[in-house]
Amino acid sequence: MTVTIFVPRDAAALAVGADRVAKAIETEIAARGLDARIVRNGSRGMLWLEPLVEVRTDHGRIAYGPVRPADVASLFDAGFLEGGAHPLCHGPTHDIPYYASQTRLTFSRCGVTDPLSIEDYRHYQGLTGLTKAISMTPAEIVSQVTDSGLRGRGGAGFPTGIKWKTVMDAAGPQKYIVCNADEGDSATFADRMIMEGDPFVLIEGMAIAGIATGATKGYVYIRSEYPHAIKTMDEAIRIARQNGMLGPSVLGSAYAFDMEVRSGAGAYVCGEETSLLNSLEGKRGIVRAKPPLPALQGFLGRPTVVNNVMSLASVPVILDRGPEFYRDFGMGRSRGTIPIQIAGNVKYGGLYEVAFGLTLGEIVEKIGGGTASGRPVKAVQVGGPLGAYFPVSMFDTPFDYEAFAARDGLIGHAGITVFDDTVDMLKQARFAMEFCAIESCGKCTPCRIGSTRGVETADKIARGIEPEKNKVLLADLCNTMKFGSLCALGGFTPYPVMSAMTHFPEDFSPAPVVEAAE
Amino acid sequence: MNLHMPVPDIDARTLAIVNELKGLEGPLLPILHEIQAEFGYVPEDCLPVIARELNLSRAEVHGVVTFYHDYRRHPAGRHVLKLCQAEACQSMGSDAVAAKVKALLGIDFHETTEDGAVTLEPVYCLGLCSTAPAAMLDGEVHGRLDDDAIADLVAEARR
Ligand SMILES: Cc1cc2nc3c(=O)[nH]c(=O)nc-3n(C[C@H](O)[C@H](O)[C@H](O)COP(=O)(O)O)c2cc1C
Ligand code: SF4
Ligand code: FES
Ligand code: FES
Repeated sequence: MTVTIFVPRDAAALAVGADRVAKAIETEIAARGLDARIVRNGSRGMLWLEPLVEVRTDHGRIAYGPVRPADVASLFDAGFLEGGAHPLCHGPTHDIPYYASQTRLTFSRCGVTDPLSIEDYRHYQGLTGLTKAISMTPAEIVSQVTDSGLRGRGGAGFPTGIKWKTVMDAAGPQKYIVCNADEGDSATFADRMIMEGDPFVLIEGMAIAGIATGATKGYVYIRSEYPHAIKTMDEAIRIARQNGMLGPSVLGSAYAFDMEVRSGAGAYVCGEETSLLNSLEGKRGIVRAKPPLPALQGFLGRPTVVNNVMSLASVPVILDRGPEFYRDFGMGRSRGTIPIQIAGNVKYGGLYEVAFGLTLGEIVEKIGGGTASGRPVKAVQVGGPLGAYFPVSMFDTPFDYEAFAARDGLIGHAGITVFDDTVDMLKQARFAMEFCAIESCGKCTPCRIGSTRGVETADKIARGIEPEKNKVLLADLCNTMKFGSLCALGGFTPYPVMSAMTHFPEDFSPAPVVEAAE
Repeated sequence: MNLHMPVPDIDARTLAIVNELKGLEGPLLPILHEIQAEFGYVPEDCLPVIARELNLSRAEVHGVVTFYHDYRRHPAGRHVLKLCQAEACQSMGSDAVAAKVKALLGIDFHETTEDGAVTLEPVYCLGLCSTAPAAMLDGEVHGRLDDDAIADLVAEARR
């Protein structure tokens, strides 16, 4: 019987040599005359083990990693096609504690299947949500999404069902589903992993959104920094069309829905939904004032759902298993699961899908295993470049929208960057201002000019020039940006800056420069 | 990429690209991406053609080209090396990686080596934040950049 070997095609695996490993395995199979084939799957999300090679055996799939091309011959020598013992062997993938302790709803298939195999997709419960949706009324679909408690995973946490209802109720000959796959936040890659590892689930989610709201056309706006995701989504859409998942009659129903991929052009601000719509229309990515809401006047002025990849990719499982099933996970007003992306200076970096409610400390220390460098953790930035820096003393904060807001932070797209004690928080505050200055769309003065002043002010503090006065000035600038900016780029840049100043004051009082003796 | 393509050819190629894509809803970004793929940058001479065909002013097209970091106004080197400088990579020493690469290539960010081999650019996140520090060479991804990997990357870029 042909043995199946899995070597991920996820960009993070490719970045650490998965293609070279696949090639070495192929060579070895040929040289030894073995009956085996390679499937290029998505990633399981245990990124510290990438390239993570799996072999399907009678005892389930056995994991080996991180595999270098030079390890391949020894794997075959150890009988890895039968799951043989080897220093790189981790036993059955499903029993690895990092994997076994997750609640994989949105990511149930990612890393398991061949991302572009519609047979695999069906075999692992794909299309059941869409099939159920087709048998419901649009209003029923919308109320299921509302009842699930799903909130937008792009950052703002707005209830997805309520957004859909606005679009469903809006009149218009043409409505749109726009998927926000701009994923510009550092420490985030969940959208990328789904698009590369289980693209059909996003297509299914968008088709359900289309049926629910009366939209027949969808766009996935993917950042240009993700060429692999763009390519995989393009191919998946073509395959979905061939298989009747998209087109004039979705799965043979009376509903029409089709979609296409659009590539961004390297502007962080285009992740903001109105900037994204301008960009999609072929304009400068300037943020629009709201109202009008995109739900009523979005793409080309027509009713439009703008949702993050994770929001849309979570809909199929909600329709399949029911809103109560999803809602029963989580805490407070944060329902369901959240794919936490653990990144930076951390031992076990990766994607960890779990119900809301773990504390930050559990995520960083228990799951992440502390720093990669082995030094003490000093700060953790949660929610990307607009998110606050948390000190270890605040590790009791539960992963929940409201709990983070109450501590002057945000969970954003659920990315976490761990820093060890060598980090200079004044430098991080300066970077937050610099990033805002580079990426500002230019519409608001506090964002455009304030951020540049912020960089200069941080530089003065670093050089010991009137530090007390300049710290007050930096806080003032933050205040002006917070209240005088149209969108969260200018409005939230104060979070990383102020949290750095508040929680790590020692880094803002550099030792005065010792003047050379006269 | 032919840097000395005569203007009539640029016009003709631009027109062909515009005609192929102008039926899309919001065709300008796809057109500019295609033009950059064709010429390696967005030549000034394309702009009047695009403006005319899409019924836009030249200033509008110019405004769009200059808004986005991706669009080049001038040809780049044969290879483009992008080093991630965002927070997760910072936590894993992206500053030091950048300093080493700059020293090996003898250029700063936004510069091209004298032999025209490599253009060096910063990028803010490649979605490889758990295999940091990360880089992209002509669309190929690289992670966990240690000294050996940096040397390999620079050697590859110099080719
Ligand atoms: C500067 C800025 C960048 C943003 N980047 C993204 C992004 O990359 N992806 C995303 O889904 N939402 C992003 N957002 C949030 C979007 O504006 C919007 O809230 C989201 O796409 C709505 O989808 P959701 O309700 O499914 O979260 C960003 C917002 C701002 C202000
Ligand atoms: S806050 Fe900044 S990015 Fe947002 S609209 Fe204003 S200028 Fe543009
Ligand atoms: S996106 Fe939330 S305020 Fe602009
Ligand atoms: S921060 Fe460098 S790849 Fe994300």
